[in-house]
Formats: sequence, structure tokens, C-alpha cells
Amino acid sequence: MLLDFNSEKPIYLQLAETLEDDILKGIFEEETQIPSTTEISMNFKINPATAGKGVNLLVDEGILYKKRGVGMFVCSDAKGKIFEKRKKAFYNNYIVALLSEAEKLKISKNEIIDMIGKERSKT
Amino acid sequence: MSTIEISNLTKCYGKNMALNDLSLDITEKKIYGLLGRNGAGKTTLLNLMTNKIFPTHGEIKVDSETVFENENALRKIYYMTEKGLYPEDMKIKDIIKWSSEFYPNMVPSRAFELAEKFDLDLNKKYKGLSTGYTSILKIILTLSSNAEILLFDEPLLGLDANHRDMFYKELIHHYGNTPKIIILSTHLIEEVADIIEEVIIIKNGKLVLKKTTENLLSSGYTISGKAEDVDAFIQDKKVIGTDTIGRFKYAYVLGTPPSKENDQVDKMDLEITKLDLQKLFIQLTNS
Repeated sequence: MLLDFNSEKPIYLQLAETLEDDILKGIFEEETQIPSTTEISMNFKINPATAGKGVNLLVDEGILYKKRGVGMFVCSDAKGKIFEKRKKAFYNNYIVALLSEAEKLKISKNEIIDMIGKERSKT
Repeated sequence: MSTIEISNLTKCYGKNMALNDLSLDITEKKIYGLLGRNGAGKTTLLNLMTNKIFPTHGEIKVDSETVFENENALRKIYYMTEKGLYPEDMKIKDIIKWSSEFYPNMVPSRAFELAEKFDLDLNKKYKGLSTGYTSILKIILTLSSNAEILLFDEPLLGLDANHRDMFYKELIHHYGNTPKIIILSTHLIEEVADIIEEVIIIKNGKLVLKKTTENLLSSGYTISGKAEDVDAFIQDKKVIGTDTIGRFKYAYVLGTPPSKENDQVDKMDLEITKLDLQKLFIQLTNS
């Protein structure tokens, strides 16, 4: 888990995204427990209320759930939900941003497609 | 459940008014940052809260009971002061045992455990401690006091980066296990900005604001870019302050940030970022 404290994004959102990343990577598997809010806030040295806000966001989205007296767990369909959500965000976060930066740099649509092709063939 | 009510508090030292009719209620179990410039009245306020000095006017109540010479109210507070008050020749382990006689809720085993974590030599005499280790000893005593309210006055004095890191973690750990009112008075604003849930800023003995860190930081934004463009943009805005580096200018503006698609912002290539607590503090407390 990593947070960027200089980022424009509020820390609780960054925390929620990092937890999602870790679920996608399989660091936190479905139906397993994630660290407690106190552990998370100690690790990042952030206020427990901030950590709680990030975790609760994922509870509201059905990615985490609370087992009373035990702690927070990853929902069984969490990965699928995150994939869906991220795909929707992909267009806004990457495609729109890419095109606006390309316009500033006067990069044409064909040049962008070439670049993507080149990068893809590497892998 | 602990609450602190401060009403119309004034403290004069001769003609000098250290606190000027300050009223403030602290009712929620949160980590608070008490911020103010040198001489703003932070330590005076903490000293008054713990009956170390007496107010000229006004009153402080803990759970509706005055703290003025009231052992029952004072017992609920543990105050980590800047100045140490221990006998010079006393060994650290004896200071811990001695303190737990004064504070019956103190858990000496917790203090010994923390001493080991912080590498504090229990057989050293108090006078042999460096500035950093003097702070560490006081931090350890405060964190193991089990008091309902913890006050820290410049707890980070002389601590190296590793020890500061440990302090923050232990503080959060303690708060996580037993949520309570914790007041942190410090000048290291940048370091504590993400830890404190609520900010209390005082200036010239008066309360400037008390707000959650989140609300405070979202009450405005920073806009930066070429100086003349920034100037044009902020013309009709409420500006708290500016910084200029060469032809580049930062302005700290109150209000909702304009959207990125805003024509002016887009054309002038201005950058919008969030406010940062330290910069905001400097702007709110200078002059």
C-alpha cells in the first residue's frame, strides 16, 4: 500500500483506491480479512477517522463488509465489482485526459494510435 | 465521556494579555491540533486547563466541573509539559514507578514496554537524558497514563525522524484502542496535518478557528501559474494570501474551486491544487 500525500486527491479516496488495487493484485483475497482501521492509520500515519472514511466507502460499494467483533473482510465478488467500476472510470481518467494533453502537445490522433500500437507490441 | 468547556478565559501577566476572552468547547473524542505562533497563548491555555496557573477571568470545566483546585477534574487529564519536573538524580525506572503512584490509572508495564521500543535506558538518571530522550520519557508517561484526556505540548522537541515516526504510530495506536480527547500542540504542522482530525488555531490569545481538518482544507484551493494570469483570476475572489517565486505566483483562495473546464483556467494554463495546512496556517496567523 502506498499513498501520495502531495496528490490533489483526498487521502481517504487514495486509501480506498490502494485497497482496491491490493484486492485486484490478490494481496487481499476475497473472503479474507484486511488490516484494521487502526493498523492502516498507524501504517500511513493518518487519522483513524480518515482511514475509516476510506474503508467505509468500500463497504458502501459492496467491496468490503464488516464482521461484527472481528473486522473488515473482502466481499466474495469484490474483484468483479472493482473491474466494472474501473472500466467505467478508465474512459474519463485516461482517454479524456490523454486526448486533452495530446491536443496541448499537438499530437494527432494517428500518432496516438501508432504509439499505442508500438507499446502493445512490446508486451 | 469527557468534555472540556472553556468560557471567556483571560490570562494577564501584568499588562500583557496572554489569553483574551477565549471560549472553546472540546466535546468529541478526537485528535486535535492546537496551533499558533510563538507567544500565541498555547502553553498558557494548556497550563490553565491543568490548574498550573490561574485565570484572570473565565473558567474551564471538565465534565461540568471546574478544574480550579479540583483534584477530581484534574485527575482526568494527563499533561505532557515542555519542562520536566522530575528530581535530577532519579533513575528512569524509578520515575515510572513514582509517576504511577501519583496517577493510579497509569500502567507501569505499558511504560516499560514503550521504553524498550524507544530504546530508553531505564537505569539512566533523569539529568543524564538528552533533550530527545527527555521528550521520549514524557511521551511514554503520557501514553501509559490511561487518563481520559491527553495534552501534549511540543512533544517532538529534539526527536529524530525515527522517533517522531514511532511517536505518531504509538499515538494512533493508543487512540485506536481507547478513543479520547488528545490535544497536540506543535509547530511541526506539516508532519501532524494528516493525523489531526480537528484544528484549533489561536492568535494573540484569541481563537481564530476550530474546524475539522477536512472542512478547513476544503474551504478553499490554491491556484498557481504566471503571476499576471493569477492576478487576473483572483481579482474578484476572496484571497487569503499569495506567494511569488519569480514570475510564478501561488494564490490561496477561499471558495469552491473552478472546474478544470473553466475557460479562464484552461486558457491561462492555471493549476488548481488543494490547500495545505501549513501554508494556510501561515496565511491565517501572520500580520
